[in-house]
Amino acid sequence: MNTELMKERWRRNWYKFSRNPLSILGLAVVLAIILIAIFADFFAPYPEHAFVFVDFKNAKRPPCWQYLCGTDMAGRDILSRIFFGFRYSLVMAVSVLSVATPPGVLLGLVAGYMRDTWVDIAIMRVADVFLSVPSMVLALAVCSMLEPTLYNAMLAVTVMWWPWYTRLVYGAASSIKNEYFVQAAEVTGASTFHILFGEIFPNCLSTIFTKMTLDVGWVILIGSTLSFVGLGAQPPTPDLGTMVSDGSKYIPAQWWISLFPALFIVVIILGFNLLGDGVRDMLAGD
Amino acid sequence: MMSEMIVDIRDLYVNFNIYEGVTRVLNGVNFRVAKGEKVGLIGEAGCGKTTTVKSIMKILQMPPAEVMGGEIYLEGLDVLKMSQRDLQMMRRKTVSMIFQDPTAALNPVFKVGDQIGDIIKYNQLALGNKISKEEIHEKTVQVLKEVQMPDPERLMNSYPIQLSGGMRQRISIAMALVSATNLLIADEPGTNLDVTIQDQVLRLLGDLVEDRGTSIILISHALGAVKGLVDRVYVMYAGSMVEAANTEDLFSDPLHPYTKALFKAVPKLTGGGIPMGIPGRIPNYLSPPTGCRFNPRCSHAKPECRENAPPFYQVGDGHEVACYLYGGQ
Amino acid sequence: MNIKKYVAYRLISSFFVLFGLSLLIFSLSRLVPGDPARLALGPMAPQWAVDKLRAQLHLDEPVYIQYIYWVTNVFRGDLGQSLVTRRGVFNDIFEFFPATFELVIFSVILSTSLAIILGVTSGKYANSLWDNIVRVTSYVGIAIPSFVWAIMSVFIFGYLLRWFPTLGRLSSGVVMPTKVTGLLLVDSLIAGRLGVFRDAFYHMILPGTSLVISRLAQEARITRASVVENLHKDYIMAARSFGIPERTITLKYLLKPSLIPTVAIMGMDIAGSMGGSFIVETIFNWPGLGRYGMSAMLSNDINAIVGVVMLIGVFFAFMNILVDLITAYLDPRIMMKLRGG
Repeated sequence: MNTELMKERWRRNWYKFSRNPLSILGLAVVLAIILIAIFADFFAPYPEHAFVFVDFKNAKRPPCWQYLCGTDMAGRDILSRIFFGFRYSLVMAVSVLSVATPPGVLLGLVAGYMRDTWVDIAIMRVADVFLSVPSMVLALAVCSMLEPTLYNAMLAVTVMWWPWYTRLVYGAASSIKNEYFVQAAEVTGASTFHILFGEIFPNCLSTIFTKMTLDVGWVILIGSTLSFVGLGAQPPTPDLGTMVSDGSKYIPAQWWISLFPALFIVVIILGFNLLGDGVRDMLAGD
Repeated sequence: MMSEMIVDIRDLYVNFNIYEGVTRVLNGVNFRVAKGEKVGLIGEAGCGKTTTVKSIMKILQMPPAEVMGGEIYLEGLDVLKMSQRDLQMMRRKTVSMIFQDPTAALNPVFKVGDQIGDIIKYNQLALGNKISKEEIHEKTVQVLKEVQMPDPERLMNSYPIQLSGGMRQRISIAMALVSATNLLIADEPGTNLDVTIQDQVLRLLGDLVEDRGTSIILISHALGAVKGLVDRVYVMYAGSMVEAANTEDLFSDPLHPYTKALFKAVPKLTGGGIPMGIPGRIPNYLSPPTGCRFNPRCSHAKPECRENAPPFYQVGDGHEVACYLYGGQ
Repeated sequence: MNIKKYVAYRLISSFFVLFGLSLLIFSLSRLVPGDPARLALGPMAPQWAVDKLRAQLHLDEPVYIQYIYWVTNVFRGDLGQSLVTRRGVFNDIFEFFPATFELVIFSVILSTSLAIILGVTSGKYANSLWDNIVRVTSYVGIAIPSFVWAIMSVFIFGYLLRWFPTLGRLSSGVVMPTKVTGLLLVDSLIAGRLGVFRDAFYHMILPGTSLVISRLAQEARITRASVVENLHKDYIMAARSFGIPERTITLKYLLKPSLIPTVAIMGMDIAGSMGGSFIVETIFNWPGLGRYGMSAMLSNDINAIVGVVMLIGVFFAFMNILVDLITAYLDPRIMMKLRGG
């Protein structure tokens, strides 16, 4: 196809993105986390410590050269478990966003295009219902009614996540529908399907994509909170939230058990937020 | 001679440091306004008119703007060397400016009366009077009446968004009047309004400065308006003055090739067909042409035009032109 | 005049949304696997007692009948009985709400005012050292989940530095002031007991900051951005050209328009703090609605869950209307829009 144009576009996007050194930092952190998550077996000093493992001789060791982040109450290397924990955080974010976004976007498109009809009212009122309590409360409530597993936590977060996309796309779609190119398509008799997906949707893409990158951090935050209160992944799964919660019983004497996982939660979210801001600046005004 | 001048700008150079590099916008501006004189400043959009007048009050955003050279005398004092306190005093009681877009120049979240009141308060402070709330109120009403606003009391309690464009324009004139004892700078007043209201606004402005004996610098695209209102006109092109003359002289006998082209580009109701534009466009300030900046668009351009910028040549009574064509006279 | 109409419109639409919320949360609560009555009575209870409780709670009837029972009771001010405390959910909420309300309002005021100070000072002096410190700190702050800050601050300020207490609303041994509003800061002042006021205030610092740490940073960023944007507006330059002192420009002409975006998201902040209170109150053993709700959720106390969620929905709706009105009051442009439609 038009490879030169594509190349030029990428070059410009990269230029806009890389102007801010913080965006580069975010990208680096995110890439590092993804690599570590995928090759956790390789990077972790003690991959066998990730799940069930007991070594009471080395339990509750403070950070040292052998165990950079110390060991927990069962003698497991905390750094190794954190590396495996990245996997669960990423899986959470990717599955929630990839499941919640399509229906959210679709409903927003339809409601926005059919603005001021009963379809709009029906869809948007339902979205309003989901947005009428803080996301965290709804996620906790849904989670508490299900078996506490990582899978159900993802389900709960997904259930409360789609309306944000509906609202976002609704706003974009209902203004784009008044643009001349959409009206032109209508006049020439294009099908509703074509107008929704051929005309309006491509113009919402950068908004959606920006929101998705910015949302990764939030999903990880909510996911780790759910597992922190015991409504997400269960031990011995090496989930960061669970690790913080288990370790908090040993504060202050064995502070490292809970503080290092907590610190890495901040690092992941920070990385994705920086990256997301970079993406937003890159796609803004395009 | 100098004591009669209220504004005397000599060889002013101003650069803007922007993302793409350094734009050399003002390129040796020479500009003078005598006491009580009404001066018009015309030229294409982006030629540096607003930058010139903003530098008189030293309200250019610095950075990105940077004065590279020259002097700006206001009532005999160099603005560029003034202390912060003197600057404030000057702004409070000597000069003020009507901004291009009254909607943007009015704070959207404060009532009109409040905004005018503050200006009155500091104007009076600068004059050495401490003034009460009631007096401020009274003076606000008075100045609103001066700009022919009906029902000033109600108006004072309105926010800018509740008013029409014409009313906002009058309000910004009222604000400027408060502190413009000696000089009023009007940057394209009424440009965003429809023609009849624009005309009213300009007439009002003319009457007000006439009554008060205030000097005025009027920037405008509306050549007709300038013609009727001012004594003397400066023509500016790409960061420097190219011609200055008494209004009548200039319109009857424009000399600079740019001025001639500019007048030809104005559509006439009586004329036939669409007027000629000026071929080419305003130069890029990042890398402006050397010498006379008009040379790439000028049909009379000679080699010397590309080397050195022409000085002002005196031709006739107060008629000055910066063009080598008139160097021999 | 039309403001009244607007409020009425908002109240009515909130009512319908809350009705929808009740349908959603109620039906979810009845889909819980396992028998709530059995859970409530424990595995040792005889079958007949469980059956009796089921009948009493109408759990043996179809969901929509149960819902009708529930709605009728709600209008009588009865949210059903907690399966754990065995008391009326309404009474429980009434008892626990003030503690949460106090904490949430305290932390939202704290975060908004701090954010404004940080945002304005860093925006006004953009690209200075201070600005860079604020920007980097707020980037990190946004990424800190409440529970992480709670754990860290308990460790650092509670155990290492011993600056602030880490549990409850008052130190043990301090007698509660006479209950008037249920807000300890207010009640202690009414009772004239400054020592209690101080103690209550100290107890709020760690849970309060945990609730809002991330939003505080977010708000500081938003305020900074709007200050930087407004700093270059014509009206600021105009004010300068009239010789208005820089102080007045910053504190009046720049501050007010820059605050509007920050104030506009206060509703979201209050909501977010309500959500965060579930975790934070549990960690700090704060006897409020959040801890009550959290323990209800962990023990499948369906009536309590539904009650708490509904109450938060109502609170959230009111706060949003209130915040929208405040924003309209600050910004005549929004006010015009409200009046127009």
